[in-house]
Amino acid sequence: MNNSMDFLLWVKGPAFEIALFIFVAGILIRVIEILLLGRKADLSEARSSDVRAGIRTVLNRSIPESGILKKAPFVIIVGYLWHICWFISFFLFVPHIEVINYLLGISWPGLPNQFVDTAAVIAMISLLAMLIYRFNHPVLRFISTREDYLVWLVTFLPLLSGYFAFHHTFEPYAMLLGLHILSVELFLVIFPFTKLMHVITVLMARWYNGVSLGRKEPENQEVQS
Amino acid sequence: MTNVVIAEESKGKLNLERGLNAFREQIDAPVAAFFSSCVHCGLCAEACLFYTETGDPRYTPINKLEPLKRIWEQEYTLWGRAKKALGFAKPVTDELLEQWEPLIYDACSLCGRCSEICPVGNDISGMIRKTREGMVASGHAPEGLVGASFRAVKTGSPMGVKLPALQAQIRHIEADTGMTIPIDVQGADYMALLSSMEIINFPEYIEALAKIFNQAELNWTLCSEAFEATNSGIQIGSSDIAQELVERVVRGAEKLGVKTVISPECGHAYTAIRWEGPNLIGRKYPFKVVHILELLDELKAAGRLKTSSKESMSVTLHDPCQVVRKGGVRAQPRELLKLVNDNLHEMPDAGKMNWCCGGGGGVSANERAEPLRLKVFKRKRDQIESADVEAVVTFCANCRMMLEEGLEHYDMDMPVYSLTEMIADHLEPSVEEPSAVNVEEEDNE
Ligand code: SF4
Ligand code: SF4
Repeated sequence: MNNSMDFLLWVKGPAFEIALFIFVAGILIRVIEILLLGRKADLSEARSSDVRAGIRTVLNRSIPESGILKKAPFVIIVGYLWHICWFISFFLFVPHIEVINYLLGISWPGLPNQFVDTAAVIAMISLLAMLIYRFNHPVLRFISTREDYLVWLVTFLPLLSGYFAFHHTFEPYAMLLGLHILSVELFLVIFPFTKLMHVITVLMARWYNGVSLGRKEPENQEVQS
Repeated sequence: MTNVVIAEESKGKLNLERGLNAFREQIDAPVAAFFSSCVHCGLCAEACLFYTETGDPRYTPINKLEPLKRIWEQEYTLWGRAKKALGFAKPVTDELLEQWEPLIYDACSLCGRCSEICPVGNDISGMIRKTREGMVASGHAPEGLVGASFRAVKTGSPMGVKLPALQAQIRHIEADTGMTIPIDVQGADYMALLSSMEIINFPEYIEALAKIFNQAELNWTLCSEAFEATNSGIQIGSSDIAQELVERVVRGAEKLGVKTVISPECGHAYTAIRWEGPNLIGRKYPFKVVHILELLDELKAAGRLKTSSKESMSVTLHDPCQVVRKGGVRAQPRELLKLVNDNLHEMPDAGKMNWCCGGGGGVSANERAEPLRLKVFKRKRDQIESADVEAVVTFCANCRMMLEEGLEHYDMDMPVYSLTEMIADHLEPSVEEPSAVNVEEEDNE
């Protein structure tokens, strides 16, 4: 018992601080690295506002084009399900909000635990489904790298350990909670150096796509259609 | 400058080191943001006809970017540099580039569908265009395209069309119709460009322009020093060559002092002169550039484009990628078609998300790619079949060639028309009178 208490204290204390530091510093480095590369101004005469097109693409790209929805419904629907349920499990679970409040001093209302519990289960199932799909789809199997599988694992572990901790599946609880926090730390540490960065850079990517292609679009035309 | 590239090609000076430098020059913030964001979801494959029609996962758009991605990761990220220092990085070698050459040139028409589909917003098509810069500089571009670029720099046209060939076509048209085709008219309002495909295979396009512009009383001209709009520098991915070809047009237009340059129907010509041109030469143009269909639409709105008859034949409209998806000329073709035909049956995904003919981006000039191109044309064939029509109308001479060849390959007997020519065929008859005076009299009535 003592051992697991010590472990919990360590993951909550020094380990968490180190992980958080790598997470924040890593993200900053990555973002600055990108921005410093800069881009040349486009000298061709724009047909419409590139700023509007940039904003439009940042927002609209979350809505799948109808043709692709028909061609790849699994990736899109499970992808949606995964992102929403992960968001609920992480950001709308009351104990998580308390941690964030403690760290940043901001908080928001959470959802009932039972609801979050269901979301976590759906998130895990969709993640598993995507893994199986990745193994079996010729394109996904072909383009997947070790990083994809590592990221999968590191994303899955916090959900699984969190689920176990919430249900007190094993004893001692301190050990379970410690493992959960440790898995989150692992997630934070690899975040800046893997495709997990897309959470941040997706905004930049969509923006750049929007401004460079959108300036050729006729005014008042939606990106879709 | 450009001749240097070609000359050095033959001297073997295009080498890996030059290629790597060319790759490095292409890395900018958007490229870094795109590579950082890719989640390997595979959706871009479903957008690309080279994958959907072959099922070959190597044709997944993001996979075509492996060389550029390696350079970015290993040299432009802290993490990648660390991995490289520790010996974990796979280098970009001649073998890699050789292996990727068919993916980057034969299996990409720069159609831009992937860039519209990627959920994180990666402009994959734009990056393939960038990757080609490194491919040419390292000597890994397909022979067909190298030949076309060589001819373009030497003779002014990728198909080797010289001024006498154009003059011969002009004489033919003038003899047949009695019209005069203006050439080198100082101070004209408009200067029209042509694509070599039009001069050689579809000279009716020139005749169509003359008829329409006569009726509209447009003050236009051709330029003997800059009539070619096709830019094989862009297709092969050499900014040097592309820049020289754009410079020619700009010099010609400046010399004649025209206000507007008219891009031909040809999609890549339009992209080259309208969008890439100013960036290639590093300055804004002192004139405007319009696509021919944009101009026709303006003329129509001003009541200067008058047609007198319509066809009832059922047609479908093939949207050239560079004009419609990547060029934003989208409503005009449909409005213009209504002038001459009221029996349009759209194909699935028509408009912005149309499927490519398979021959854009230099694929049609690359003989090695022909079997693959005809194979992936299956997508277009199926689309045309589902529209169940008597003819296809399009507005790009290259698409038109590709459609004709593809339809023939799949034993579909169906004519392919140019929209501009179709309109010219249905102009009010009076305008076919040769002299401008008559036209004025008609107008005064
Ligand atoms: S669609 Fe975009 S995110 Fe998905 S694999 Fe292709 S480039 Fe990567
Ligand atoms: S631009 Fe078109 S042909 Fe090229 S990779 Fe993208 S979808 Fe495929």
